[in-house]
Amino acid sequence: MKPLVARIANVLRGLVSPKILGIVGLLFAVCLYTALASGNFLKVGNLENIVHRTALFGILSIGVAFVIITGGIDLSIGSVVCLVGVLLPWLLVHHGWSVPLAVAFVLGLGAMIGLVHGLLITRLGLQPFVVTLCGLLVYRGVARGLTQDQSQGFGTAFKGLRSLATARFPIFGDGGFQLPATTLIFLVIAVVAAVVLNRTVMGRYLLALGRNEQAARYSGINTDRMKLFAYVISSTLAALGGMLFVLDINAAQPSDFGNFYELYAIAAAVLGGCSLRGGEGSILGLLVGSALMVVLSNMINIVHPRYQNIEFAIIGGVILAGVVADEVVRRFARRRLAP
Amino acid sequence: MNAAVPPLLEARRISKRFPGVRALDDVSLTVAPGEVLALIGENGAGKSTLLKILAGVQPPDAGDILIDGQPVRFRGVEDALAKGIALIHQELNLADNLDLAGNIFLGREPQWAGLLDLARMHREAATWLAQVGLALDPSTPLANLPIGRQQLVEIAKALSTSARLLIMDEPTSSLSAHEAETLFGVVRDLRRQGVSVIWISHRLGEVKELADRVVVLRDGKNAGDIADRSGIEHERMIRMMVGRDIDRLARRPSHPPGDLVLAIDRMRTSAHPSHAISFDVRAGEIVALAGLVGAGRTELLSTLFGVTPAVAGNISVSGRTVTPRSPIDAIRAGIALVPEDRKTQGLILDMGVRENMSLVSLWPESRFGFIDFHAEQRLAQDMIPALSIKTPNERQVVQFLSGGNQQKVVLAKWLAMKPRVLLLDEPTRGIDVGAKAEIYDLVYRLAGEGLAVLFVSSEMEEILSLSDRVLVMHEGRLAGCLSRRDLTEENVMRLAAGGTPERMSA
Repeated sequence: MKPLVARIANVLRGLVSPKILGIVGLLFAVCLYTALASGNFLKVGNLENIVHRTALFGILSIGVAFVIITGGIDLSIGSVVCLVGVLLPWLLVHHGWSVPLAVAFVLGLGAMIGLVHGLLITRLGLQPFVVTLCGLLVYRGVARGLTQDQSQGFGTAFKGLRSLATARFPIFGDGGFQLPATTLIFLVIAVVAAVVLNRTVMGRYLLALGRNEQAARYSGINTDRMKLFAYVISSTLAALGGMLFVLDINAAQPSDFGNFYELYAIAAAVLGGCSLRGGEGSILGLLVGSALMVVLSNMINIVHPRYQNIEFAIIGGVILAGVVADEVVRRFARRRLAP
Repeated sequence: MNAAVPPLLEARRISKRFPGVRALDDVSLTVAPGEVLALIGENGAGKSTLLKILAGVQPPDAGDILIDGQPVRFRGVEDALAKGIALIHQELNLADNLDLAGNIFLGREPQWAGLLDLARMHREAATWLAQVGLALDPSTPLANLPIGRQQLVEIAKALSTSARLLIMDEPTSSLSAHEAETLFGVVRDLRRQGVSVIWISHRLGEVKELADRVVVLRDGKNAGDIADRSGIEHERMIRMMVGRDIDRLARRPSHPPGDLVLAIDRMRTSAHPSHAISFDVRAGEIVALAGLVGAGRTELLSTLFGVTPAVAGNISVSGRTVTPRSPIDAIRAGIALVPEDRKTQGLILDMGVRENMSLVSLWPESRFGFIDFHAEQRLAQDMIPALSIKTPNERQVVQFLSGGNQQKVVLAKWLAMKPRVLLLDEPTRGIDVGAKAEIYDLVYRLAGEGLAVLFVSSEMEEILSLSDRVLVMHEGRLAGCLSRRDLTEENVMRLAAGGTPERMSA
């Protein structure tokens, strides 16, 4: 019995590392403030919405986390979301593709985009920032061109496919909290990602190469292949996210669908403990980071609706405060540790 | 020397310690105005440390520096420059995106109303360039000049700060013979103008040609001076640099050599493609690669390990041909490399001892791509006592270990894959004496277990005591091979400097 308790304690200690304690506290503080300021925050519908949106942004964030762990960056996520978001209804409605074919196509397109990014970065030695910045411009341009800037949607059709993003499971009986299907998808991806990162050779290699690429190469790790894999994961999850976003909203305007989503994803990953220097990151931290982004936006909507215009400024300010506080705490801790 | 004129620079009883090493112990020297002083000594004799102290890069732990008889204390390079002492590094400190004038006045640009006074800059730069014999337009981009001329620009830059003493660290190491001749001429001109030079070099020929006086360092101590020009001779300098009683070095008995393991046939490295290199190493043999810094030893190991693939030739391990195009290929063939810089190439510093040790064997030990944590733990628990690694536990982050223990972690990582060939590049650099002895024991033991060992070292004592055979490299080629019978410090030095050894065995 004792070892079991000890093991559980060990697992919990592993989960709640001091690194994400600060961000958990920040999330809790924002939730508490919003709940006290508005009676609407804790309403079932609002909570469902928060969990749903956390899942959607969380999927993007897991993808970019793999890239950030290798010491790279992916700025093209929002544009991939847009491209997939307009392509899916466009192919299904305008071109009459079958559902499996269209879904396979957009996900495969995501994987191909990641492969191209990865090859340009590893084979040609281009900088990730530059390659994915060009991606950001190209994919949005292509999306707008293909659709002639017309908004794309499913109308009233494809209810079955759309339920992938819109379904709700009443886990507490009728009238209670209903678990969004997106959350289930996100949880499955998060568990797989956490296992890959912490339990597989590939995950260890990614962390090792992010911390010291040269030493990793000198240890016989195929660092190029690992990076390629990270960029493929990032773009594929961006494509999956784009698909779920458009299935959920049922309308994608090519000029602004997915705008800035890459920055939300990167911010969530950084808040969750990924270092842009590479080699660090936890999936749980990422989940909390994504939730914080969504709750902040929710707070502005329901508590201070007249501040909606400055939503970016508020979110940016809170993130900056969180990162600064984190750094200050860490320096203080280091000084206490030093002899 | 006129007794009434104080020396331009005098260093009195300088000492400097680094963790685990006494780099300089009570070293003194003087430089007279207009004198060319050669400072010589083996790798690790303390030359670099001394010149860094003289140029204000590092403060001494003890001792005084006097300029014109007045004691001075340098807090940085700027202080030394203000007193007229300029250090010219082996690697040049120039900006190749700027033109010559921009380089000469970098950080001290003449200004007019907050703008660069380009006209004055170019005018003055031209006179400084002329002083080192460069008749070039000051607006020429630096990148257009060959390396030898860039060095002259660096000297012009030093002169423009009204330097009276130039400290030149291995100034000819990357120059062609012709470029070196030009540099000698410039140094002689400077001497005539009363500028002093401290000339650090391994090339005894140029010391003989150029120096007025020689100061020899050995093991961080003064090992004698040669005060008269006529006394500057090859043999005498080598004797003074080596100096130590070689018999006291304990050599272990060689292991009986086994099967041929590593065979290299007419291999050409990309660093020195004009020289084909052939040699082999048998099981149980420990072979040293000696030579001066820059002779191509590290490049040879990097080529064998696939970091920079060979451009021609054959490599085989235990009779099977291998073409290492990446470390992955080399590892698959059973070749392991303990690299020169363990902090950037050998270890993931902020990972644990266990994670570092398993990095190479993680994949073969895995099941369906999942890490076998039990195997990983077992590896660490076996290796830590086997190599007597001092660490609180196997989860300790390696950057908190001492240099010697870090190096043992690198070795453990490679032993986990059971290599046939073990390459080591400067295996005990920056490691204290006790840990050094442990690493020697370990390497000797591994050879006894049938490994073929090839190591690069710049420490003569290490080469003499550890190796069964020494290959000496000189400017990218194999200058010779010394068996134990002919293995003396003098012979290694001769071959390394491009000469021929005495009593070469047939």
